[in-house]
This record gives sequence, structure tokens and C-alpha cells, in this order.
Amino acid sequence: MTAYIIRRLWQMIPTMLGVILLVFILFNWVGGDPAYVLAGKISNQEQIDNIRRQLGVDQPVWVQLWIFIKQVLTADFGASWSTNEKVSNILATRLGPSLTVLGPLLVLDTLFAIGLALAVAYVRGSLTDRTVMIVCTIGLSISVLVYIIVFQYFFAYKLGWFPVQGWGNSFTENLFVFSALPILIGLVVSIAPNLRLYRTFFLDEINQDYVRTARAKGLSENRIMWIHVLRNASIPIITHLMAGLPGLLLGAFLIERFFSIPGIGREVILAVERSDFPVIKALTVYVAFATMASNLLADLMYKAADPRVQLK
Amino acid sequence: MASDTALKPPVRTLREVPHTVSPGLWALAWKRLKSDRVGMVSLAIVAVFVAMMIASGLGLIAGDWAKESGVNYAPPTFLGADIEGGTPAAPAGPAAQTAPATEYKSDVVDPLADVLAEIRGEKAPAGAEPAPAAGDAGKSVDPLADVMADIRKDAKAAAPVVAEARAPTLPLGGDKWGRDVLKKTIKGSETSIFVGLAAAAVATLLGTLFGAVAGYYGKWVDDCFNWFYSVFNSIPYLLLILAVAAVLQQKGTLTIILILGLTGWTGTFRLIRGEYLKHKAREYVQAADAIGASNVRRMFVHIFPNVSHVVLVQLSIYTVGFIKAEVILSFLGFGVPVDVVSWGSMLNEAQNELILGKWWQLASAGTAMAILVTAFSLFTDALRDALDPKLKGLAGA
Repeated sequence: MTAYIIRRLWQMIPTMLGVILLVFILFNWVGGDPAYVLAGKISNQEQIDNIRRQLGVDQPVWVQLWIFIKQVLTADFGASWSTNEKVSNILATRLGPSLTVLGPLLVLDTLFAIGLALAVAYVRGSLTDRTVMIVCTIGLSISVLVYIIVFQYFFAYKLGWFPVQGWGNSFTENLFVFSALPILIGLVVSIAPNLRLYRTFFLDEINQDYVRTARAKGLSENRIMWIHVLRNASIPIITHLMAGLPGLLLGAFLIERFFSIPGIGREVILAVERSDFPVIKALTVYVAFATMASNLLADLMYKAADPRVQLK
Repeated sequence: MASDTALKPPVRTLREVPHTVSPGLWALAWKRLKSDRVGMVSLAIVAVFVAMMIASGLGLIAGDWAKESGVNYAPPTFLGADIEGGTPAAPAGPAAQTAPATEYKSDVVDPLADVLAEIRGEKAPAGAEPAPAAGDAGKSVDPLADVMADIRKDAKAAAPVVAEARAPTLPLGGDKWGRDVLKKTIKGSETSIFVGLAAAAVATLLGTLFGAVAGYYGKWVDDCFNWFYSVFNSIPYLLLILAVAAVLQQKGTLTIILILGLTGWTGTFRLIRGEYLKHKAREYVQAADAIGASNVRRMFVHIFPNVSHVVLVQLSIYTVGFIKAEVILSFLGFGVPVDVVSWGSMLNEAQNELILGKWWQLASAGTAMAILVTAFSLFTDALRDALDPKLKGLAGA
């Protein structure tokens, strides 16, 4: 087990280097000279030269790359180009609000999607099943934007059940007052695709021999579905959940933007709008690292879910 | 031995049995697709949208989408002109009161309206000074009169043509400047579908090319591409798109196609690579090798037709995804430029209009997109079932 983890971590290094290289090429070469982006349109040559020296872009490519690698390793990307706030500080302070919305959202979404998917998989082929699937397909096709705009207008602006937007300082207020509508919207948006996907996972299991055996020995339907089928279908569900975990951090960027929640997703949008390269670079690299870590975690969780899995 | 005996009988029977051409993969798939009613209906809807895109691209329909043909925020025809009394659905208070529901010629009314708008427009920044009688009356009914006058002034500045007929209602309503929402939706579908299709073509092409090379050559080539794949795959897709959008400063339809296409190839790569790994060891490829076919010929003339159904399904899946992505990017202002209308930019405008109670642009763009995406998704499912019946059980029909 330990050997496996060490080997996997070792194998991550080339990918990490690749991510660093990709981000480096993207921001230092594809977009042109970053000094011009930072200096903006009104600037003289002297200013630009100063900025170039400051950013290190007057150095040879290898030195520039080394500077970037050092930044990644020490988590010191300097200050944001637009607000002068330290990038590490931005990331640290924006994580909390994002997690306040996304943590409950992930838990509720997983519980609801699994529960509903089990239910419709159990009555597969029936009118209920088909209706739910049609509703899901249509629900999936409506743009996320439409959900957010309409829900925000209707529930917050028109009915006044929730605040239209905002964020406070106390955690409980944030969670129960300001996050409530964002979480509701997040649920509406994410349940449809997850329900559809989990249903197919359960359908794969429901016709297996072990289900018939369990029925033959007189187990209750509840036990068969919740214990036997769920456990066996958990591997693809774990894969799906873990693969989506880092993306989730950004996935709610639209919600964060609409509701002015000072989270990571909103920060990305702001950074892109302001061409704030250090923030985007830092986020891209670290979220990529988080993705690799969660992939490893997913593989370890397989083992826990299914003892037959051999980690190689 | 076994293959020898299996091979001989068909050679003999071929002469005895009257020769019939057995249907190929595509003919069979088409037959299966035709029997799928949902698939055919969705194909028809998709075809209508694509026809709309082409017609709009050629300038046959909705060419004059930017024309301000209706009054500001003209309501949809089926609601009538005066759904919300007192709101500035009509440009000039007096005119609207005399002839609320009928279409009027602006050469009769507009001169007055213009003066009014000008007065309001000039008065508004000066502060809360008492306006002339007409303007005052307008104000007392409607708190947004000043805003409307401003907007109207902007609209006038943009289009100095004064003597034109402005309809009080439009088929699906009008936007802030009185542009026809129906025409905007059609024009928007042109942008959104074109971007979706073109970006899907780029992504599928790259994925297929990389996947074919990696799967076919294997060894270190495969390792290289796999490394490349894992690098791209470890950055969440959306973040990658936004990062590229941040770097590419110039906005344009081509830019957004490239952003989506260059970042989206990984899914196809994985699938095609697997297919090539499987196919390269098959007998027909060995036979191609034996008759002296080059590597490239084996990859693209011999193997490719056998995996092309995977490519087609991928193309379809990508198109749906990219249409959605384009709408979000354009909404955020990272997509198509401002002078190009897309469903995303329409939703962006509609967001503010909704607060004023003008919901029709939101409804039009949202519904058009939902219909297209639903039809395209159902068509994709049908296409996959038709091309690969083995998958049907997995999809859970």
C-alpha cells in the first residue's frame, strides 16, 4: 500500500512539470509579453523595461522557467496585478466561502442523486422512470445561466425569501442565509446529470446474479438495493465524484459571481476580466495538483469499496 | 485449420446464391436510426436549427437584426402593447395614450417624442429640476422615465434615422433598443451553433489525430501523448478555457472556436487511442501491411473507417457541450465580441431586463437553446444506439 502510494506520487512528477510548463508557455509566450499586459495601453518604453526587469521576463527562458518553478514550490506568486493583495492570501481567504457553499452542495447532491437514482432504477421502465428521465434530459438542456437568473429573480428579488446577494462575516449566517439559495440552485443544476449517470450505474448492477441470489435467500428489497447494489455500484460513483471534486471548486463560479460570494470561482472570473495573470497562474497550477491528488485518493477509495481491487 | 475450413464454403456458395450486396455499417445504422422515432424527430429539429444557421449566415433571414424596428422593450405581440400600464413600453407618453395598441407611423408622433426625450435626457443630469408639463406627467407615472429617456437618447445617437416606423409590439418582443428579439434569437443561433460545430470539429480532429498516432505507434510515442493527455486532463476543463481566454486578448468568433477546440480534445483522444490499440493487431491491418500499405495509409484508410462511428458520436457530444460552453463564455464577456449577437450575450442583456419585468429576451434565448440542446442530446443518444447497438443496454433505454 505504502509502496503503491509512493510510486503514484513519483509518477505525478512528470505531469506536474508538464502543467507548470503548459502554464508557463501559455502566459509567457502565447499571450505575448506579459509586461505589456501589466503595463496596459498607456505606458512608455522605460516603464515597460522596468516592469520587464521586475517580472524577470528580460532574463533567458530557462531563468524565467526557474523563477516560475520556484514560485510554485514556495507558493509565493507575489502580489495580484490589480489589487496588490498577495496571491497566497487571495487563495487562502477565498477558499472558505467556496467551501461553505460547495461542501453542503456536494453532500446534498450526492445523497439526493443516489437516493433518487436507486428509486428510479428500481422501477426501471415504468412511467415514473421515463418521466423522471425526460424531465432530467430537458432540465439538463436549459442553460445554467437561465436557472440562476430566474431563481435569483423569483425567489430572492420577487418573493424575498432569500437575500438577493451578499456575504457576511459569521459562518452560520453565511451558511444558512447567504448560501441557501446558491445551494438550492446548485442542487437543481447538478442533480439531473448525476441522477441520469448513477441510474445507469445501478442498472448495470441490478440484473446481476448476486441480486437474484440475495432475493432468493429472502432479503428485503431495501437491503438488496441499499446494501448490495449500492456497494457494488459505488466504484463508478466514487470515480465520478472524485474526478469532479477539483472542478467543483470552480464549477460554481457562475453562482459565486451572481451572488457576489467571495470564493475561488468568482476570483477566477475577476482575474480573467482584469488580466490578473499571477492569480490565474497560481490557481491553474494548484487546482491541477489537487486534481492529481484526488485521482490518487479515488484509487485508494476503490480499494476500500471493493476488496477485490488490486492496486498495482 | 479452423479458419481454412471456415473460409472455403462461402467461396462456393457465392456462385450458387444470387449475388446480393449486404448493407454496410452506415446503411444499417441509418436503418436503425430511421426506426427510432425520438431520434428522427430530434434530427429534424437539429436540421431546422442548422438550416436556420445557414440561412442566417447567408443573410437570407435576420440580416437586419440590429435594426431598431420596435419601441424600446416592445412586448411580444401575443401580450399586446400595454401589458404594464405606466411602464415605458411606448416611447412617448402622449402618443401611446392616444393610440395604445395600434401600429403608428412615427413621422406623425416622433418629432414630439424626440423633443421630449431630448428634454428629459438633458434635464436628467442637471438634477431634480422641475421638468416641462409633459415630462413631469411622464415622471409622476413612472419612476424609470429618466432612465428610459437616457436609453432612448443613446438609441437615437446610435441610429440617427428618425423617420422610421416603430412597432409597438414585436413577434417575440423587443430589447432595450427595440431590436426584434426573434431576429436576435435567430442570429444568436447562427453564432452559437456555428461555434459549437466548428469547435467540435477542431477538438475531434485533434483528438482523433493524436489518438490514432498514439494508439497506432505505441511505445514512446504513446508515452509522450499520454503525458500530454494527463497534463491537459489534470487541469479542470473550465479553468483551462478561462486561462486561455485570459491570455488571448483579442476577442472573436475564431478565438472562441480555438479556445474550445484546443482544450477539448482529451476525451476523443482517450477513446480513439483505445480503438487503435485494439485494431492495429487485427488481421485486416496485418493484411494491409502484407500488401505494402504505408503506416499512414493503414492508419487512415484501413483503420479509420472502422472507428469512424466513435468519431461521429464524439463530434455530436462535443457540439452539445461546446454550445453550452459558448453561451457561458459569451455571457461572461470572454466569448464572441460585443457586436456579434449570441445566446450568451442575449442572456447577459436579459439578466438586467428581468429586473424591469421584461422577461421575453430571457425566455426566447433560453428556450431556443434548451430546444436545440435537448434535440441534439437525444439525437446523440439515438446516433450512438444506431451506430453501436451493443451500447444500447448500457445507456439504459
